[in-house]
Order: sequence, then C-alpha cells, then structure tokens
Amino acid sequence: MRHLTFRTATTFLLPLLLLFSVFILLRGHYLPGGGFVGGIIAAIAFVLHAFAFGLRHTRKLLRVSPMLLMPTGLALAVLAAMLPFLQGLPIMTSLWLNEPLPVVGLAGSALLFDAGVYLAVLGVALTIIFTISESV
Amino acid sequence: MITNLIILPVLLQFSLAIILLFFWKKIEIQKKLSIVGSILSVIVAGTLFNTVYGSEILTLQAGGWMAPFGISFVADAFSTTMILLASLSSAAVSMFSIVTIKKARMKFGYFPSFHFLVMGLNGAFLTGDIFNLYVWFEVIIISSFVFITLGGKKVQIEGAVKYFTLNFLASMVFLTAIAVLYGLAGSLNMADLSGKIKSIENQGLVQVTAILFLVGFGIKSAIFPLYFWLPDSYHTPQAAISSIFAGLLTKVGIYALLRVFSLVFIPDEFMKTLVVILAGLTLVSGGLGALVQTNMRKMFSYLIVCHIGYMIGGLGMFTVAALSGAVFYLIHDIIIKTNLFLIGGLVYKINGELNMKRMGGIYANYPALSLLIAVPLFSLVGVPPLSGFWPKIDLFAESFTTSNYFLLGCFIFGSIITLLVITRFWSEAFWKKMENRERRPHIRYYDQAPAYEKALLIIPILFLSLISLYIGIGAENIFRLSDTIATELVDNSAYINAVLGLSK
Amino acid sequence: MEIILAFIVGLLYAAGIYLMLRRSLVKLVIGLVLLGNGVNLLIFLLGGLVRGNPPIITGTESVLGQIYADPVPQALILTAIVISFGLQSFAIVLIKRAYIVVNTDDLDKIHSTEEDDDY
Repeated sequence: MRHLTFRTATTFLLPLLLLFSVFILLRGHYLPGGGFVGGIIAAIAFVLHAFAFGLRHTRKLLRVSPMLLMPTGLALAVLAAMLPFLQGLPIMTSLWLNEPLPVVGLAGSALLFDAGVYLAVLGVALTIIFTISESV
Repeated sequence: MITNLIILPVLLQFSLAIILLFFWKKIEIQKKLSIVGSILSVIVAGTLFNTVYGSEILTLQAGGWMAPFGISFVADAFSTTMILLASLSSAAVSMFSIVTIKKARMKFGYFPSFHFLVMGLNGAFLTGDIFNLYVWFEVIIISSFVFITLGGKKVQIEGAVKYFTLNFLASMVFLTAIAVLYGLAGSLNMADLSGKIKSIENQGLVQVTAILFLVGFGIKSAIFPLYFWLPDSYHTPQAAISSIFAGLLTKVGIYALLRVFSLVFIPDEFMKTLVVILAGLTLVSGGLGALVQTNMRKMFSYLIVCHIGYMIGGLGMFTVAALSGAVFYLIHDIIIKTNLFLIGGLVYKINGELNMKRMGGIYANYPALSLLIAVPLFSLVGVPPLSGFWPKIDLFAESFTTSNYFLLGCFIFGSIITLLVITRFWSEAFWKKMENRERRPHIRYYDQAPAYEKALLIIPILFLSLISLYIGIGAENIFRLSDTIATELVDNSAYINAVLGLSK
Repeated sequence: MEIILAFIVGLLYAAGIYLMLRRSLVKLVIGLVLLGNGVNLLIFLLGGLVRGNPPIITGTESVLGQIYADPVPQALILTAIVISFGLQSFAIVLIKRAYIVVNTDDLDKIHSTEEDDDY
C-alpha cells in the first residue's frame, strides 16, 4: 500500500477531502449533505492517510486523540439542542441568526448541531478504525 | 419552560456522560462526578414525579413540531414513576460500583457507559414515539454491550456473544414490526396510532404486527420461550453491572409491553390467552431453572425470569386491578432485583465464592448485616407486610375473579419456588457453618477492606432495603399510585388528548 | 418495482436467518448484517415508493401538489443504518475477541457459561 503514487496522491487528497467534507457539512441543511456524511468523508481522508503513511503519522497529524473528538462533538450537539431553553422554547427548536454570516450563509442552531455530529462521527469512525487496525 | 422539565432526566444523564468522557482516564474524578450526578438525577426525577403525579400529563414536542409529525415526549404517572425508580436504583449502583469495579475496567469507560445506559432508560420511559423508543432501546443495549464485555474473560465473551445475538435479533424484529406498522397506519406517534389502528381494514395484519412486537419485547424482557440468553449472560459481568441489568434492562421491556399493548394494540381474547399462557410458562420454567442452580448469581438470574411472569400475567388479564398489580410488582421488582444482585456481590466479597455449596457462616460472623440482607430477601419472597406481598394479593385475586386458574396455579407455584430457593440460599450462605478454606489471592475480601469501602458496600443495600421497606409498609400510597397508572393504561384518552393537544 | 423489492427483502431475511442458524461465528455476524439490511429495505418498501418527487416545496407554492416521496421512512432508515453501523463494528470486534479467547469459530463449543459454576 505504500506505493509512491499512492502516497503522493494522498498528500493532495487529504486537504481536498477535508475541504470537501466541510463543504458537505455547510450545504447540508437544504441540500443533500450534513454532519454525518461530512464526518464520514473527513474520516475517509484520515484513513487514507493512515494507509499511505502508517497510523503513527496520522495520529501525529491529527494532534488530538479521536477519543477527544467524540465528547467535543456531543457537547456541541447538546449545546445546540439546549439553546432554545434560553428563550423558553421546547428542546431542539431551530434558532436562526438574523444576519447571514460571510461564506457560511444563514446559520442557525442546526449548523451547530451538525458541526457536533460531524466531530462525533469523525471521532467515532476514527476510533473504531484505528483500534481495529492497531489490534490486528 | 415547565415542559422542558420533561427532558431534563435525559439531558442530565447525557451531559454527565459527556463530561465523564472528557475525563476518560481520570477515574477518581469520574467516581465523584458519577455520585454527584446520580444524586442530582434523583432530585430531578423526584421533582418531575411530583409535578406530574396527581395533576395533569405533561408533554413536550421536540423542536416545536406538532404531534403526530414531530417526536413527542410524554411524562405521565407511569413514565415518571419508572424514571424515579431508575434514578434511585442507578444511584445505589453507582455508589456500589465505586468499590467493586476493578480499576482496570473503570479505565475503559465504565462510568460514561453507565450514564449513557441510564440516559437510554430515561429516554425510553419518556418517549411517545415508537421509532424513538427503538432508538432508546439501541442506546441501552449498546451501553450494555460495553458492560457485558468489560473485563474480557472467556465466560464474559461467550456470554456476550449470546447476549449480543439475541438482543440484535430482538431489535430487528422490533424494527420489522415498526416498518409494518408504519406501512399500515402511516404514523409513528403512539397516541396517534391508537386512533388509527382501529380503522385499518386488514385487522389480521395488525394482529401479526402485534405478535411481532410481543416477540421483540419478549426477547428483551426474557419471557418464555425467549429467555435463554438471560441466565447465560447476566451472571458473567461484575455484581454492580449485573444489578443494573437485573433491575432495569428487562423491566424496560415490560414497560414497553405495557405501554404498547395498552395504547396501540388493545389485547383481544386471543392475545390475552396467549400472554397468560406465556406468563404461566415463564413462571414455571424460570422457577424450575432457579431450583437446580448451585451458582448463586445464576440462581438469581433465573429468579428474574420467574418473576417476569407476574408482570406479564397482569398484562395478560388486562383489567384495572390486574394491571395495578403488575405495575405494583414492577415497582417492587426494580428495587428488589437491583438489591438482590448487590447482595450477591456483597456475599461474594465476604465468602469469595459463587457456588452456594462452598459458602457459609455469614450469620455467625455478621449478624447485623444478615438482618439487613434478610429484609430484601423476605420482601422478594413476599412475607407480609413486606413489599412482595401486596402486588401478589392483587394478582392472585384478579386471576381468581377472571377465572384464569392456570395462571393462579403458576403464580402460587412461582411464589413457593421463590420461597424454596431463597430459604436454600439463606441456609447455605448464612446459617451453614463455614469450613476453613484457603483464601484466594486475587479477591479483595470484605474484612480486608477499609471502613469507608465497607460503608460504600453497605449504604446502597441499606438505601434500597429502606425503599423496599417503604413500598411494603407504605403500601397504601403505592397502591394509590399503581391504581392511577392502571386506570390511565386502560382508559388511555387522557394520554392521547395530552399528546395530540386535544381538549378534554 | 415493489415486487422486486419484496423478493429482495424476503431473500435477505431468509439468508440472514439461515446464516444465523449456522454454527460459525463469522457466518452469524454476516447473517446479522444481512438481516439488518433486509429490515432497512422493508421500511423503505412499506413507506411506499414514489419516483422523482422529493417532498420539497418550491419558492412560489405553499403546499405540496403531487404525490411526493415520504421522507419519514428515509429518516428512519438513515437512523437504523447509523445504529447498525455501530452494532456491526462492535460485532466484528466481538467475534475477533471471541476467536482469540475461546479459540474456536464453532458456536457449539461456546458453552462455558452453562457449565462453569464457579464464575
């Protein structure tokens, strides 16, 4: 698997895939996409890197342990779900900003939730795949 | 704001589990957080119960989407009672696990999984949507998979294979039933389904769906003939884990059965007869299984199966009095079964043995402790005026008036077997003289433990025994509660109106 | 289309249950996977098949005009897929662990939970 072509391609693919995953995450509210798919694509990017350069390098590249991404993502999602509490609305009601953000567009608590899902899925998928491949 | 109180038991456990995930390796912090969180959840559950019981049913439409289109959360007397019981027994187990779970096992996410499990339970009790119920069931079983494999010994892995397969199968049957139900009625909201199911022309297919639900929940709640996975897996994890399984995991299946069969599929004659027969056979086979075991925890596991029969039997008769008895038994059983496995853990700590033949001498060495343990054991058998006695009166009387003599016979058989089994346990473990045996080096015995550890072992048992005592001596209050619940189960219009927002 | 899907669902259920009844651990897990996929397809089928009409209200209208594809089954399937993803990865790790600890792939040799009275 450590062929030169593959390694070179991976160095270019990794940032592209990550960018694409963020794009998928952001377009997700009205168009196909969203946190889950985005997270999976990001995980694929890292798995590809792990195939090409070995797990140790990928872990170094990630800096944070994938185990830490899970609670961070979950915490973001719960936060998004609890935001309506402040206005006395039922849980998980979508709240929207009045003004569109640059690049992102009109954002709301749904985006925060999806970002949480993105991180959680990335964390879970990487933890599962890393653990299985380390124990082989 | 008041409606958001409904979801608080779920959110609290969820947030707690997330915070615990951040402290993955720091188990000392995890222990303290778990205790504090469990106590908080008891307070929250108590507040919710107080708000709902005696006044109206609270509902919450997630995201503000009106029922039946959104996901509804419903807090009625039944669900809040279950949440209160779940938080009480999980608080006790959380305390017990601090000293009994080995450090190496705690490092693999024991406490986060524990609180995810309790979150799943709370969610399952609160939801008013049948697919959402499936999702909570999955949350529960995935956390329980962590528990059952934690430690990774041979017996555990083998038990886990059986546990996993059967629970996965149950989930698939449940999901199939949901698929058929959605195809038939086009709705997933249980209150909405309740009205729609009657107007479906193809009642034969409705009956088949009902049977699918019975099988799915039946595997989870271990009724005859679907219980074989339970005694094969419940005795393999450590005592604290087994006790949360015993107290709550099978009971959430019973809760789902009671809920679905009182709200969506109202049992007809065929269904009642079927459930009554299953209940009787569950009592007999569980009882006979318990009788032949020499392993203490396996015997307790069979007792779980046996006593499931009482609750299923109450459902099978489907009268207000019978359901009241079943609900009372459920209340009693959650506390007592949790306590029973905690006691099992304590006895193991004292004796270092699981085989009853090699136990003994607890009464001679620890008379006060034995007296404490006698309270839940007697409650389990149903010695008046302790807690097991009262629901049995209701169930016995009702099986007599509805002339279900087969069921009555099985009820009596189950009670006698329980008496026999518990007496044998008492005489083997407590009264018999302990032969001088060599101590095994890898076990941390009770008398070697420092005082605070002893306290943490005793307090949960004491706490749950006191609750059992209250259920027994304050039976009047519990009767009032179970009657309210049973009336609401039979006459479900209040529930439906509350969920769909109709006026009375 | 419905009839083809119905046959596929039946086939997946049958294959899943057949594999679960075999004695091999690996086949057991494959059976579970097939069964899970069969259930997902069943939800899809029973939700009703509609081609090319997504339930999206375009800018000028306020209600959906034609018969549209029901989004609920798709949401259910998505949830079920995510759940079975987790369960299946657990199952794979479990059978690997079981193979290491018990040293057999034969389900008939997995019986120490019944015999070992000391655990």
